[in-house]
Amino acid sequence: MNTILIAVVSMGAIGVFFAGFLAFASKKFVIEEDPRIAAILEILPGANCGGCGFPGCSNYAAAVVAGEVECKGCPVGGADVAAKVAEIMGMDGADISAEKLVAKVMCGGDSGKCENKYRYIGVEDCVAAARMAGGGPKGCQYGCMGFGSCVKVCPADAITITDGGIAVVDKAKCIGCTKCVAACPKNIIKMVPYSKEVHVLCSSPEPGKVVSKTCEVGCIACKKCEKVCNFDAIHVENNLASIDYDKCTECMECVKACPKECIEGVLDKVPAAI
Amino acid sequence: MELLLLFTSTVLINNFVLARFLGCCPFLGVSKKLEVAFSMGLAATFVMTLSAIATWLVQHYILMPFGMERFLQYGAFILVIAALVQFVEMFLKKTSPALYQSLGIFLPLITTNCAILGFALLSALNGYGLITSTVFGFGAGIGFTVAISLMAGIRENMEFGDVPEPFKGIPITLITAAIMSMAFMGFSGLISM
Repeated sequence: MNTILIAVVSMGAIGVFFAGFLAFASKKFVIEEDPRIAAILEILPGANCGGCGFPGCSNYAAAVVAGEVECKGCPVGGADVAAKVAEIMGMDGADISAEKLVAKVMCGGDSGKCENKYRYIGVEDCVAAARMAGGGPKGCQYGCMGFGSCVKVCPADAITITDGGIAVVDKAKCIGCTKCVAACPKNIIKMVPYSKEVHVLCSSPEPGKVVSKTCEVGCIACKKCEKVCNFDAIHVENNLASIDYDKCTECMECVKACPKECIEGVLDKVPAAI
Repeated sequence: MELLLLFTSTVLINNFVLARFLGCCPFLGVSKKLEVAFSMGLAATFVMTLSAIATWLVQHYILMPFGMERFLQYGAFILVIAALVQFVEMFLKKTSPALYQSLGIFLPLITTNCAILGFALLSALNGYGLITSTVFGFGAGIGFTVAISLMAGIRENMEFGDVPEPFKGIPITLITAAIMSMAFMGFSGLISM
């Protein structure tokens, strides 16, 4: 009985002693954190998605205050957040015009246009399917197989698989975290500026002969788009047309000129003034 | 001389991870990158050496006089070590931010590790004196650092190796740990005490 009493009292005493000691120490050794870190953290979306390159929002906020990164580093928040962060940092009018980047699946070959090589009845996952013979069941090695690995990783529910079996990103919902870009085993998801409407929906670097055999809407590197472009904004490299979004004015000339209709655009859009 | 022998035997022969199988979770969990693993090892060494002194004092001035060392060791040791590490963390954060950056995040991780408690209990069980106990703790920490750094080095290289699909990740790590452990058994004839 006596032992129990001593045990309880001595343990309690040690506990109380350490509690008081630590409480004292935490007051004594308090770190004065920059209040701006907390203020910026308040503004950030708080998704901790890692899109900025830091593990979480708080690390990014600390880096901004330390002056290591720019105010526009958060891809999710876009211009709004960048403006508020710049205000806190006392950098009004700083370059915050970075446009929000959204994900885009660079493949337009759905089931009517690009047939499968064989029937795949394995795990419903792109990474697993891509390891099968010939890089998966899709006719084109660089085509979207539509098993939805990107859908699974998307935190914003922005990706859907169409009836034709390819993934499509809803850019209004996309937060630009780039998780799908990393998840796609075919590497066909790219980040594009939010406002741009013209995209080359093909990722195949195969020569035109090979592409036209497998897909009706694949880029055959005919360079017609390059010729009609007045702004030097589209070029064929590695048998694949690619758009320089800084130069593109969305005049839709290339969209009209493409014989394979693999350049996506809005044809009724008013052409930009030259 | 005896202390040197004790140190060598704790580092190599009775290595805490590879011979006693204590502290396996950080050994497997934090051994992906050499740099991080080394920091973890340093934090462990730091905490072990410090808690060697603290637990010896608790053992000899609180537990033993009241005859409570049989049943209260675990609780008392964990309590003291945890409180001590908390304090050290605060102290480091204030006085040496650079050291805190490299050790800080690992300190709370290592506090309640079985290697720490294991060595404190072993040290009490063997009836070591204060200095012997400190050397024992330091040696245990160095042994842990050696093991986890070696493991991290191997795992870094293994990233480039052609590991069969089913063995990727944890399975091959466990096999590596087993082989390392067997290799360390080779040290067992190094010195005889």
